[in-house]
Amino acid sequence: MVDDELYREIILEHYHHPRYKGALPDANLTAEGMNPLCGDELTLYLKTDGDRIVEARFDGRGCSISQASASMLTEAIRGLTVDEAKALLERVKAMLTGSPHEPFDEDDDLSALEGVKKYPVRIKCALLAWTTLEEILHK
Amino acid sequence: MMTSLQTQLKYDVEAIRADFPILQRRVNGHPLVYLDNAATSQKPRQVIDALVRYYEFTNANVHRGLHTLAEEATEAYESARAKVARFIGAEPESVVFTRNATEAINLVAYAWGLANLKSGDRIVLTEMEHHSNIVPWQLIARLKGARLHYVPFTPEGEMDMEALDNALRQEPKLVAIVHVSNVLGTVNPVEEITRKAHAVGAKVLIDGAQAVPHKPVDVTRIGCDFYAFSGHKMLAPTGIGALYARRELLEEMPPFLGGGSMIRRVTHEFSTWADIPTKFEAGTPNIADAIGFGEAVDYLQHIGIEAIQQHEQQLTVEALRLLGAEEDIVVYGPRDPQRRCGLVSFNFKHVHPHDVAQVLDARGIAIRAGHHCCQIIMRRLDVTATARASFYLYNTIEEIHTLVEALDDVRKVFGKYGG
Repeated sequence: MVDDELYREIILEHYHHPRYKGALPDANLTAEGMNPLCGDELTLYLKTDGDRIVEARFDGRGCSISQASASMLTEAIRGLTVDEAKALLERVKAMLTGSPHEPFDEDDDLSALEGVKKYPVRIKCALLAWTTLEEILHK
Repeated sequence: MMTSLQTQLKYDVEAIRADFPILQRRVNGHPLVYLDNAATSQKPRQVIDALVRYYEFTNANVHRGLHTLAEEATEAYESARAKVARFIGAEPESVVFTRNATEAINLVAYAWGLANLKSGDRIVLTEMEHHSNIVPWQLIARLKGARLHYVPFTPEGEMDMEALDNALRQEPKLVAIVHVSNVLGTVNPVEEITRKAHAVGAKVLIDGAQAVPHKPVDVTRIGCDFYAFSGHKMLAPTGIGALYARRELLEEMPPFLGGGSMIRRVTHEFSTWADIPTKFEAGTPNIADAIGFGEAVDYLQHIGIEAIQQHEQQLTVEALRLLGAEEDIVVYGPRDPQRRCGLVSFNFKHVHPHDVAQVLDARGIAIRAGHHCCQIIMRRLDVTATARASFYLYNTIEEIHTLVEALDDVRKVFGKYGG
């Protein structure tokens, strides 16, 4: 059977029950991400109040890893300031690419993404939502 | 389909498998089940040995030296061209070696297209095309102000011939069409399409990358003007492919790339060109892999391309039967196995194909998941990707069964959420 490291329970759970999926009509920041290798598409919607992200939603089609990662992202960045979101983004990217980073607590859903780094082809799937966020935050 | 007992006895798939060293590999603890042949085929010992033999015994540049090695290398290179040409019913002078089918199509786009297309001219493509037969035409259309027209396919995955007839009424300059779809498996009626296109004065280019490896192809009988294909999908090394073009066209077309070999006389201002097909082979060509291409053709002819086609047909019938019976799976392309060639694309209704491929890989099964360089088809099917199992001469019925059984693993990982 396939390695349980990749398809952790929490990833499958986010995939089947994404937290904040669907367009956000009053978003003031949006960006579209695409993985040209596989055709996966993702739109990220943010609503900010001053420096703070007050709402985050995503829409799109993709594999379990890309969808679960997007779902976790929308949950994790709500309420963060833009700088905090940038720091989180760097931490997730470092985790996925195997670079030094402050590890996530075991009970933090994001820690489940660590298993993806053993599957080089799937790292791009997990990164899609985060690189889309990066595009928004650095606009 | 008629399959005589005699043919079945003659086709010894185990003997064929023994010629392919890679098929001995185990992947993730399981014997490799290689079902990604539409992406690239595996190579038999005979082709691998031909490369080693060339580099250890013959290596020299072609069409240049007067020494023994140079003569032998030239003879081997040109004899490979003759084999490849004969395999598709062409004269050697009509076959240009390229890197792959993509480069062959780009050669036509730049050499023929730039010289012959003008503003307002129409190019007819189909929605079944691989990106390799779309993007070069987009680039040329932009340079020349030509217009692209796409012929759709039917819900069954077959060419919409009525729409094609309508497109031909606009008198296009070129019809560029895929012979066998790498996603739907559809075999297009290229002879009929060529006849109709010629009747309105259009030139016809056929992308045969998925056809030549799997079925008999005779470019003279088809009557097309250009035919492109790749070696690596038909047992040859990567980096070698071929363009067939009618002799008169090759003679009147300007060169694609300039450099050594392709010239007759070079002066300060201008140069004159070598005879065809050398005119289109600038610089030192991919000699070793061309020789490997010739060896691959020998191998296919030794087994018999009709026998291979018949064998793959049996695998396709079984795959369509088993996958078609699964309620949670959608199968794409024509239902009639006689109208398709060597591959089956499918999707679970509730599982992304990447996840399907990942779970199958854990069982040593290699399939492709993605858009297969056919984003227009994906949009028409309203998916972002499909899973695809593609077959070749060394695959077995048992491997089809292993694939279908392993799909239960997918259900185990993803099923419990009602997927």
